[in-house]
Amino acid sequence: MSKEELDARSMKALMAIASAWYDQMKAGDIPSISLPTRTKYNIEYDDASEVWKYGDKESLRTAATAKSATHLLKMAYVIGFVKQQLIENRSSTLREMYYISEGWKRAKFGAQDESNFLVEDLEIISEVPREGFHLRPEENGASIYGPMRIREPTRRGLKLIHCQDDVGSAGYSIPNNVENLELVDHDAKFVIAMETGGMYDRLIENGFDEEHNAILLHLKGQPARSTRRLLNRISLTWNLPILVFTDGDPWSYRIYASVAYGAIKSAHMSELLATPKAQFLGLQPSDIRDYNLPSDKLSDKDVEALNAELTDPRFATEYWKKQINLQLELGLKSEQQAFAARGLDFVTKKYLPARLSEMGVI
Amino acid sequence: MVLADELAKQQRSISVAEFFEKNKHLLGFDSPTRGVITTIKEAVDNALDACEEAQVLPDIYISIKKTGPEIFRIIVEDNGPGIVPAQVPFVFGKLLYGSRFHQIRQTRGQQGIGISAAVLYAQLTSGLPTVIISRTGAKEPAYKFEIQIKIETNEPDIISQQPFEWDRIHGTRVQIEFKSTMSAKKKLLEYFKYTSVVNPHARFRVELDDESFTFERVSQEVIACPVAIQPHPHGIEFGQLKRMAAASDEKLIDFLVNGFSRVGKKTAQEMCDKSRLRQTTKVKGLSAEELKNLLAAMQSVSVPAPPTTQCLSPIGEELIRRGLDKEFQMDFVSARTRPSSVYSGHPFVVEAAIGYGGRLPPDGNATILRFANRVPLMYQQGACAITECVSNVNWKSYNISQQGLPLGPVLILVHVASTNVPFTSESKDAVASIPEIEKEIVLALQELGRELKTFLSRRDRNKLAEDRARAVCAVIPEIAVKVSEIVEKPVVDTTPIEGRLMKKLIAKKWTRDGKVTIEANNYTGSDIEISVYDISTDNAADANTPPAFSTAMDGQFTKVWKMAIKKQTVWRVSYTGKGGGMLDIRGIEDNKMMVVDLDV
Repeated sequence: MSKEELDARSMKALMAIASAWYDQMKAGDIPSISLPTRTKYNIEYDDASEVWKYGDKESLRTAATAKSATHLLKMAYVIGFVKQQLIENRSSTLREMYYISEGWKRAKFGAQDESNFLVEDLEIISEVPREGFHLRPEENGASIYGPMRIREPTRRGLKLIHCQDDVGSAGYSIPNNVENLELVDHDAKFVIAMETGGMYDRLIENGFDEEHNAILLHLKGQPARSTRRLLNRISLTWNLPILVFTDGDPWSYRIYASVAYGAIKSAHMSELLATPKAQFLGLQPSDIRDYNLPSDKLSDKDVEALNAELTDPRFATEYWKKQINLQLELGLKSEQQAFAARGLDFVTKKYLPARLSEMGVI
Repeated sequence: MVLADELAKQQRSISVAEFFEKNKHLLGFDSPTRGVITTIKEAVDNALDACEEAQVLPDIYISIKKTGPEIFRIIVEDNGPGIVPAQVPFVFGKLLYGSRFHQIRQTRGQQGIGISAAVLYAQLTSGLPTVIISRTGAKEPAYKFEIQIKIETNEPDIISQQPFEWDRIHGTRVQIEFKSTMSAKKKLLEYFKYTSVVNPHARFRVELDDESFTFERVSQEVIACPVAIQPHPHGIEFGQLKRMAAASDEKLIDFLVNGFSRVGKKTAQEMCDKSRLRQTTKVKGLSAEELKNLLAAMQSVSVPAPPTTQCLSPIGEELIRRGLDKEFQMDFVSARTRPSSVYSGHPFVVEAAIGYGGRLPPDGNATILRFANRVPLMYQQGACAITECVSNVNWKSYNISQQGLPLGPVLILVHVASTNVPFTSESKDAVASIPEIEKEIVLALQELGRELKTFLSRRDRNKLAEDRARAVCAVIPEIAVKVSEIVEKPVVDTTPIEGRLMKKLIAKKWTRDGKVTIEANNYTGSDIEISVYDISTDNAADANTPPAFSTAMDGQFTKVWKMAIKKQTVWRVSYTGKGGGMLDIRGIEDNKMMVVDLDV
């Protein structure tokens, strides 16, 4: 979709929301809006797209209490603000909008989270991604390194970049908006997306990308939308296996889940952001046992999180049930960099080759 | 010489005064800061007890002044009956000398230690004697004493004694100087505040260095002085029985009937039979063994509980409420006086009160006020049975959050009144755990908790209605303005939404560009006549409808408009001003109207 098309769609959708409220009030009704319930109890697996999306549970927000009315008022201010941005063809970051709201009196945001959440609400209602509102996230995308070429439109013109030859040792920085990024060609067999920078650097330093023709990607913790969108596009365009390599604890499994199945917070955009073919490489609870890795005891919070995952529909597979139950049994967690205990080459020479061939990737 | 002889040289009797010199903490003099509070507490207790006995409304003056480095002069003066000159040296100069120890009734002081301990403390820390002025009536002269305690013998040491010109007709003035600090000032003021709550008939004037505070009385009624009762057979111990027997000329049966409460002929006979003693035996001649049997018999025979009404003096629900209202401004106060009850032969009564909201601190643990015989307990909250009872009540079921103690803007008052309050130690800081008393405390708190819950749910309902009114009257109009701007259409009028939802009289006040507007929308189904009271710093001199009348006080103007508003119509007034203040509507029932300040 071109930028102009997206802008037009976005303007139309936002005006529809405002018009609906106008008509409600004109008819003497309290303005209201309905939204899908955004919790794990309302996400469903969509067979066609193979991702998790919001189900039919909806909650109606009516301006009948001061709190809900204020929420609607804020939404109205954001719509007014976006409309102005679209007309003037400008854009701003989510954080900038948060500061601009200082002048909105009663509609001012209490915290950045609140404005982020509200923008997500608007994305869901309007079915337009926030790029269509000319709103950018604050977070910068992660980095990628490997045998592939992309073409990026920059302020200095279109640039063709080879993600090994044309970049520094830290790799290519993924921009905030990857819609206009062209995936030119590649010479890779698979992609490994890693949670920590330490492991990403280790694989680059050990030359893992050259030895195995691998594309390496640093997720930077819970991955930003643009990172997930790029993985989604690589998977669809080049049909490469995507492997997620994280720490061995419940929080890291959620990183994998958000890459593969979509995040609960952004389930309305799962089709664009999730990569259903992504596979979990490790660190598996069984690795802690099999490789006898240095480990820490699970905290109460960890156990709670593991139990919550057992009821999360995204983890409702035999593989995950087995692994999570095994971890609860062991009572242990390990970081991916714990492999260093067996030497700096262990992870690239032993663990990854063994695990990748077990998965049928090499 | 054998070792025993050697040791015998060192063995001698210890005077009570010597004992307390070494064990000051037992009496609440463990630190200089605490000393001030304990001294004042003892002197005030005595003053209140004395006034009660004399049936006068207590007027008590307290002064604390720094007279030297770390030396403070404390004066407590009352309008009580005074003390006859011959007794003064003993009351103040001898430990364990008092009038109330042998009586079975509710009093503040009990053992006759408190004030003389303060005298002792003064002479130990500052070396200065205590000065007492006392006068017993208009016809008697006042006497001034300077007194210390002879530590070795626990006898008063009168340094001087002379007649004194005093403007008071009757009363007592104590002046004690000792080493201390004023770091406990906050606690001291708390002590007066709490004392004033449970002694609503007393007035306290307090001078702390250069500041003065008055704790006014809220009740003009003199409280009935509790009358002493006979000991109850179940509440007596061997020593006391032995003493009573030795002092009696009576036959056993008469001794039992006359000397104890609730013992009649039949009960007395049963006791005699059980102890296998003849009814006609003179009690004076009974051996220790026989007395032991008698005591066992007395305690095994069932005897009705002792009379409680005359020997106890509960504050009463009404006066507790008024006392709390005076010292703490709260949204809700309720008090409960439980029926009197008995533990091991000692009558007691539990009173409790709960306050909520107002100026109480909104976070943190509830404020807990503990009292025993109208005396606030200021220390050792954690060791007190009252605190434990408060924690044992499940406050969550009354919609109060709880972490051990209840949390939030809650005040809990518990008063235990008894002829013998069971304290954990002589410093009288904490009530000991006695199951009978604890049960009564918990019952009282639970009853009050239910009342508080009713109040809270009613308040929440009102809050919900107000919240709705705020949404409808303040926020929706703003949504209308913004949305109309977005869709580029004329501003949609939201008053129909208001009317449809509220079906009430809605009064609104708002300020824009230095102009204050008050609007009253009659959405009810009938014509009404109301008065609008607008209290703020604006004088509304240029109001487009001049007020019916306007008064000024302390820079606040009260403007009143009277008008009739037909159903489904609007009345409006505006004037130049800053807004704020208060808006009130009279002439219509509360549930048929809603006042909204749009500037908030």
